[in-house]
Amino acid sequence: MNLLARYAECIFWMARYMERAENLARILDVHETFARDTRGMTNWFSIVQLNADEKDFFSRHDRPTAEAVVHYYMFDTQNTNSLVSMLRMARENARVLRPWISTEMWTQINVFHNKLVEMNGKGVALPNLSKVCTWIKEECQTHTGITEGTFYRDQGWYFYQLGKYIERADQTTRLLDIKYHTLLPSPVAVGSTLDMSQWTTVLRSAAGYHAFRRVYPRGMSPTTVAGFMMFNEGFPRSVVMCVRQIDGLLTRLKSRYTLRNGSEAMEKVDELLGALLARPIEEVIQLGLHEYLDGVQAQLCGITNEIGRAFFGQDTVPMTQSQSQ
Amino acid sequence: MVHTSRQTPLPLGIGQSRALAAGESVSVPEGKATDLLTNYDPGLYYDELFGGRDYPAEHSALIRQRLAGLNFGDLLRRSQDAERELYNLGITFLVYSNKDAVDRILPFDIIPRVISAKEWAHLEAGITQRVTALNLFLHDIYHDQKILKDGVIPADLVLGNGCFRPQMVGLDVPFDTYIHIMGTDLVRDREGTFRVLEDNGRVPSGVSYVVENRHMMQRVFPDLMQDIGIRPVDNYGHKLLDAMMEIAPQDVADPQVVLLSPGSYNSAYFEHIFLAREMGVPLVEGRDLVVENDRVYMKTTNGLARVDSIYRRIDDAFLDPKAFNPDSMLGVPGIMEAYRKGNVALANAVGTGVADDKAIYCYVPRMIKYYLDQEAIIPNVDTRICREADALQYTLDNLDKLVVKPVGEAGGYGITIGPRASREELAECRAKLLADPSNYISQPVVDLSVCPTVTDDGIDPRHVDLRPFAITGKNTWVLPGGLTRVALKKGTLIVNSSQGGGSKDTWVLQDGGLQDGAQEGSAS
Repeated sequence: MNLLARYAECIFWMARYMERAENLARILDVHETFARDTRGMTNWFSIVQLNADEKDFFSRHDRPTAEAVVHYYMFDTQNTNSLVSMLRMARENARVLRPWISTEMWTQINVFHNKLVEMNGKGVALPNLSKVCTWIKEECQTHTGITEGTFYRDQGWYFYQLGKYIERADQTTRLLDIKYHTLLPSPVAVGSTLDMSQWTTVLRSAAGYHAFRRVYPRGMSPTTVAGFMMFNEGFPRSVVMCVRQIDGLLTRLKSRYTLRNGSEAMEKVDELLGALLARPIEEVIQLGLHEYLDGVQAQLCGITNEIGRAFFGQDTVPMTQSQSQ
Repeated sequence: MVHTSRQTPLPLGIGQSRALAAGESVSVPEGKATDLLTNYDPGLYYDELFGGRDYPAEHSALIRQRLAGLNFGDLLRRSQDAERELYNLGITFLVYSNKDAVDRILPFDIIPRVISAKEWAHLEAGITQRVTALNLFLHDIYHDQKILKDGVIPADLVLGNGCFRPQMVGLDVPFDTYIHIMGTDLVRDREGTFRVLEDNGRVPSGVSYVVENRHMMQRVFPDLMQDIGIRPVDNYGHKLLDAMMEIAPQDVADPQVVLLSPGSYNSAYFEHIFLAREMGVPLVEGRDLVVENDRVYMKTTNGLARVDSIYRRIDDAFLDPKAFNPDSMLGVPGIMEAYRKGNVALANAVGTGVADDKAIYCYVPRMIKYYLDQEAIIPNVDTRICREADALQYTLDNLDKLVVKPVGEAGGYGITIGPRASREELAECRAKLLADPSNYISQPVVDLSVCPTVTDDGIDPRHVDLRPFAITGKNTWVLPGGLTRVALKKGTLIVNSSQGGGSKDTWVLQDGGLQDGAQEGSAS
């Protein structure tokens, strides 16, 4: 069965937007619940920094108050990184894909999106934020479950998985990056309660807190946390885990469907995987975690572009007839 | 921090339906103690469930009995459930208002329209006859034009018609079939006679609702259907695919069929999804297709792949900027040449618009006589062509009694209903008629039949029409059922969805009516 290039692209992005929405809901939720400094204040601005949205945010808000940041990331339709925008994009892609995906997948996204839009008018008060974020997260997980149980396993499935894992790897690097400055050990902060709670927050955002405790029952340090989130081979959101998945998916996609293109994308994935496995976390931190994470994000962008060129018809060179048979 | 990557933006402007907000509860009046149909009065109209005044319908007796025994609150609740489900499933069409596109459901009424086996046999024969004649007509006008030479139809009406496509002259199409998918609009007058109101032979739509309405009924009203033999409508997609395969170029072993849609912002997009899914074929847009060496290809993840047969949901004008409207962004440059060379099949064929023109409609009974030497099984509505002087005079003299329709408009636009028009509207209509008589036809007001319908005040009669669908490849097959559109506003005769109409499930009963062992019990 042929897969239209445009469909492959929509599947890839539908998966990315759903994964992105889930991650944002996690971040907002954890921020509201755990991320308080000694004075009980929450630094909402770090979320704006995490998404590199400073310029856009200040074009509509004077100060990064809790209300402003929450609204900006929940319901601001002008913000392409808001939950409402992500869901709209996911739904638009799903709408195009309705002939391809299961009815259950479409219906769930459709109802989810419509409920979120209806909520906007009512305004979500901060005390309810956690409840709403939990609901969003669960809707995203429902989507994941429905997809797992109903989405026909052919080419489209691979593009879905590729989108999901690329997004997930990217989000994990952003989560880590938000705290990178606390990794620069200042004699005062290391090991303090504040430091610990900051790192606990990062882990909770990635749903990795309890797994981490199991792996490192005796010590939580910036280094072990960062190492766990970057390189752990069993943690579903670790960057290495995601990139390994991407690697396997691309290989199987190409061979199973004898696709001509995609070699450049595979090379880029190998390059990234090699780089990730080349250095232990201590060395990475010494050299500068922030620059390292930026590098990973740039490489993920590069992989996305190559996938687009190879499979989404973004570079269609007219083929001769003999090739198209 | 590297910016998150984004998809190239999709167009904006999707609003949301305000018709149904989740969690909005609707208060349900207490059920009436009396039988639900006691006070039902269809007036002078023919009723689709009760029949005429002198000949009550026997085939629907059990259905009436079951409906009468229901509680009105229960009926309303089921209605609301059905409409909410349609909204959640996205069985919707886009309505554009200002700058927003709003997802709207086609309102659904849960009281079915029932057609007996005998009535259906008559309709099926009549529709088949009509499709056959129209296809013979199209073959004729694009070849020898005998019907024009014999003076049966005025030549200028055909050759001067905006939908006549010179590109089609002399071109042979598989099985000489031009209209593969046909939707015939039928109405029923006071006597209970079905009449053809209009032929839709270009890109008829609505069949997805025929099937989805049935599914909806099975979900919300299974007890009403119990033991009643209703002919299924599920196989439409198979029949359509078969026809698309039949007309594909003969040298292709396993033809690739696709459905070509103008895209997800078209108001009928749900139907395009539905049909692509039911056929199991890709739903493509113009940008997914390219023509090379007069062959059509689609862009896949593995490069270009041949396309052999296209069910197109795009009008001729937008199909190929090289052949027709050069500004069209929806079409495929060069597709017309590929079609002319026989490298790709199109359904419906190009140039069928001549056959479903409102002016040509008046000549269809003569066409049937000319080509088939038969009388029309389903008569037309008595129609006058205002291009003819005496017809224009008659129309002007009886403007307050007639319905005046422009020949080129669809969707119920531009119609003047004389008996209901104000003095100003009549004057306006008169001016338009005098300015451009050829653009108008006139018909007596047809007293459309009614069907019991759920309204806020109880079960009330509302006017309905019927659009059955026929598929023709080698032969013609008529889907047993059709789209029953219902004018939900009290008294109104216009059933078009663009004018606030809704729809109903249409039950064609099996021969023999009730199935063995049917219990005449209560339906709770």
